[in-house]
Amino acid sequence: MLEVQQDTIETTYREAIRMAIREAMQNDERVFLMGEDVGNYGGCFAVSMGLLEEFGPERIRDTPLSESAFVGIGIGAALAGMKPIVEVMTVNFSLLALDQIMNNAATLLHMSGGLFNVPVVIRMATGGGKQLAAQHSHSLEGWYAHIPGLKVLTPATLEDARWMLAAALEDPDPVLIFENSTLYNKKGSISTEVNKVNIDKASVVRNGKDLSIITYGIGLSKSLEAAEILKNEGIDVEVIDLRILRPLDTETIIQSVKKTHRVLIVDEGWRSGGISAEISARINENAFYDLDTPVSRLCGEEVPMPYAKHLEHASVPQIETIVKQCKNILQHERV
Amino acid sequence: MDTTSKDLKIQLPEKEKALDLLYQMILIRRFEERSAALYTEQKIRGFLHLYIGEEAVAVGVMDALSKDDAVLATYREHGHALARGMSAESIMAEMYGKVEGCSRGRGGSMHLFDKALKFYGGNAIVGGHLPLAVGMALANKMQGKNHIAVCFFGEGAVAEGEFHESMNLAALWQLPVLFVCENNLYAMGTALEISESEMDIYKKAASYKVASSPVDGMDVLAVQKAAKAAVDYIKSGKGPYLLEAKTYRFKAHSMFDAQLYRQKSEVEEWKEKGPIVTFTERLKAAQLLDDDTLSNIETRVRKEIEHAVQFAEDGNLEPLEDLKKFVYST
Repeated sequence: MLEVQQDTIETTYREAIRMAIREAMQNDERVFLMGEDVGNYGGCFAVSMGLLEEFGPERIRDTPLSESAFVGIGIGAALAGMKPIVEVMTVNFSLLALDQIMNNAATLLHMSGGLFNVPVVIRMATGGGKQLAAQHSHSLEGWYAHIPGLKVLTPATLEDARWMLAAALEDPDPVLIFENSTLYNKKGSISTEVNKVNIDKASVVRNGKDLSIITYGIGLSKSLEAAEILKNEGIDVEVIDLRILRPLDTETIIQSVKKTHRVLIVDEGWRSGGISAEISARINENAFYDLDTPVSRLCGEEVPMPYAKHLEHASVPQIETIVKQCKNILQHERV
Repeated sequence: MDTTSKDLKIQLPEKEKALDLLYQMILIRRFEERSAALYTEQKIRGFLHLYIGEEAVAVGVMDALSKDDAVLATYREHGHALARGMSAESIMAEMYGKVEGCSRGRGGSMHLFDKALKFYGGNAIVGGHLPLAVGMALANKMQGKNHIAVCFFGEGAVAEGEFHESMNLAALWQLPVLFVCENNLYAMGTALEISESEMDIYKKAASYKVASSPVDGMDVLAVQKAAKAAVDYIKSGKGPYLLEAKTYRFKAHSMFDAQLYRQKSEVEEWKEKGPIVTFTERLKAAQLLDDDTLSNIETRVRKEIEHAVQFAEDGNLEPLEDLKKFVYST
């Protein structure tokens, strides 16, 4: 039997998203990209670099600093038959458009008794790690996951960066994509084959038997590195990439808990009322008697993100804190 | 394009058209009077915002639109929905919370929708639908369609950032959108004079290079003429237009409003300028209307509303198992 040689290419998270946008624009003339500095500047994180030259200013549309209006315009254009991709620079800025996202995008279908769906895709950068302090660094995707009517995607891998957008654009309802800004330079190789990914299932990225780390976004790579360290110490960790925060794939989480009986949730977002609390509650509701230890969480510290490097570092889960917490759990230490 | 009630050159339309405009205004008036009574009987709950006094604006503007134009309105939108052609039945059933309602009982008075008529609500966040209208206009332009989006809002919305962001982008991108500001002088209980430094709303458009004009919102013919001119302007590719209709609501903001913020004498003065009474007088003077014809219109309207109430009474409640429907399409 011949071995099928799959072609792969070296790329980055940033380039993978750009490929996805370019492909969507080529395949469907209803698709256009709109947002602050997406055109002439090339995107504040350089995601859309070169697309203006390729597709022109009608479809790579620079906007003024009017988050509420251009997100609302995206929603309106979606209502009228277009497939807009709206880019908001960061999740902190998206709060200026929260009214549009919550009161219009998430609500119109239900409020109209099913008459008007809103096929808009809204992308934004999220997370800390670049010393950008308290108005550029938060992880508020868990907030958005609170809202019925939205889908909340958090691509953590190059594959998802490359393929989630197409699935989001095919979805008839509003989809938010959160790109952790420290991932943009992440390198790796991906298949050149067309790969349709789902946007409703979590993924078991690493199999293990001793403990399940449930995470997403930037937490994935940190957790995988922590798992490698723990492996050398004889601890076999399973790592789950949630991929999608809404709808949350409870089934995959519970299956893992039933296998390992111990859970650590790693979330750069704040602890109180965050997505980690929701995951913990679902485990308690669905698999309480399968737990050998209490559900444990490593979350962002409950402070506005500080500027100083050492303070910022201490504000979010790190590889070393993940390793330590896993060991604590396995020693049945309550933390 | 300044068309006010002082502009006596506006000719009366053909009799049939004139009587239709009158019929539509009377239908809205009586529908809402009946709605208020049903609210008191607790058949209708939630908020109920009456348009009484402002009927000429919706009726006049809607007459200038084509069926392909998109319409977005506020939470005070019974009049717009009726003038756009939505049935009194579907609106009344909606306010009864019945599944036969236009939004299957999920929207209520503030959230009326109709896909076939391109009626996009029923929006109850003040100013929140202006960007949607601009977005729909952008889609029309990108798709090469010569349709426009029309957005009704009150003067209260002008204080919201979304008004200014939307005006700027509509002009910057030369989009086919008609902004209709229904200036009834009060944002709930806050008078225009204590909320805006420039009280002539249409003048604000100049800073965004949006063409604009004021119109007497109590005069259905003036509104119709101004709206037609604005629609022609937009459809000729010149960009957006802001029409400020100067009007007045005769009733409270909602059913919970004691109206402590305005004088009864002011309301009475405006009632004398009422869109139905003045238009009726004018048609009678021109011998386009007699008492019998008016009586026939009232009878037709009464039957239509009776039918709507009966339809709503006879309607069904959405089964509880369908509660979570329409959160997602699939």
